[in-house]
Amino acid sequence: MNALLFERIFHALLSGAVVTVEVSIGALTMALLIGLVLATIEHLTVNRIVVVSIRIYVELLRNVPSLTFLFLLYFGLAATGVRLSSMTAAVVGLGMIGGAVLVDIFLAGFRSVPKGQSEAAAAIGLAPLMAFRLVILPQGLRLSLPPLGNYALGLVKDTSLVAAIAAPEVMFNARQIVNETFATAWVYCAAALLYLALTFVVGQMFALAERRLEY
Amino acid sequence: MPDNTLLTVQKLTKCYGKLAVLKDVSFALRRGERIALIGPSGSGKSTCLRAINFLDPPTSGEIRLDGQLVGRHQSGRQLTDAELAPQRAEIGMVFQHFHLWPHLDVRANVALQPKKVRGMSAAAAGELADELLAKVHLSHKAQEFPGRLSGGQQQRVAIARALAQRPKLLLFDEPTSALDPELVGEVLNVIKELAAEGRSMVLVTHEIAFAREVADRILFMDGGTVVEEGPARELLDRPKEPRLRRFLSSLSENRA
Repeated sequence: MNALLFERIFHALLSGAVVTVEVSIGALTMALLIGLVLATIEHLTVNRIVVVSIRIYVELLRNVPSLTFLFLLYFGLAATGVRLSSMTAAVVGLGMIGGAVLVDIFLAGFRSVPKGQSEAAAAIGLAPLMAFRLVILPQGLRLSLPPLGNYALGLVKDTSLVAAIAAPEVMFNARQIVNETFATAWVYCAAALLYLALTFVVGQMFALAERRLEY
Repeated sequence: MPDNTLLTVQKLTKCYGKLAVLKDVSFALRRGERIALIGPSGSGKSTCLRAINFLDPPTSGEIRLDGQLVGRHQSGRQLTDAELAPQRAEIGMVFQHFHLWPHLDVRANVALQPKKVRGMSAAAAGELADELLAKVHLSHKAQEFPGRLSGGQQQRVAIARALAQRPKLLLFDEPTSALDPELVGEVLNVIKELAAEGRSMVLVTHEIAFAREVADRILFMDGGTVVEEGPARELLDRPKEPRLRRFLSSLSENRA
């Protein structure tokens, strides 16, 4: 493999990595927002209709394959006249799917906080919203961190799916460069290493957060 | 006399389905008085205590604190947790398993109520917390997290947390039952000191010697009802009801 070829592969994958990171961060942010807001609402509300609506959202998005949902957003919407850029479709698609996953992760975290914690909060005269914010939320988030880390790792890997809607991330660029250079083994091996590096960083970030938030 | 009454509990009943765990329990607590609830496990004494601040809402009956109806609207409708909050703020509660908040240090555990419920400034709430931690002899642990304290220390922090409410009434739900035997004394001593200040209390306890020393009156409960009540010493030294006699002798057998 000559130096020129190496450089081409390197550049293609690097620019792909930037897009992968952008899609990951965008989708993670959106998923965290949706997940946290909906989990909080479901935890606090007694309104059946609200709970059922959130459940429908969660079940729909969790039980449709990610690729199908991305195609629906990108090609399906385009067919009805709403054209999303491939980046927008990628972030919104993965973010909405992630939101459905995170609702249940956060909800499980809130519910794992021992009952005595909210009883003590009620006993001192904290109203339910305050008790949630001051007592349940901080402990529930801490309990949610390990599964949240797992989800984030999965998300980084799942960004490879958005190659299929032409978002120029690692796998999209890798396939492109394979078509041009036929250095199949080298390119995909490099792509694999790149993903490993990205997931390693994400894993370390969550491990650090878990240690920092220990009590 | 009515002016001197702090708490009245009237015909308190609590049912789970068809099972009645509390049946028509009534008593009154004068300002500065201390009542101990004793009885075998399952007698309803904890449920009765937890009904007073509506952590376990009673099925029927009436609770009044300083004349004000607790937990219910005049119409009988049960108040929501948000509506209950200001009433609960006036009643301090100490749990068997402490229930300190593990993500907050000891000072923050104590300062939370004055700061967030009563709107005290952070500085004033911190000062109050320090003052109360000194009272329970834990000034040196203010910066620690609850997980690093012994059970006895945690329970004393929980007592400081309840005191930080400046409550009219203190409820103790078996405050020493979860403690190693050698740690019971330090917690009981703190409660005795509070009793000496003339605070109003209702205590659920298995420590009969402690009840004798601290309580003015004792209510012996069994099967969800108050079987016998009277001045502490009199009730323990000259029990009338056979059930109470049996209960007391089973306790002394265990001790021997």
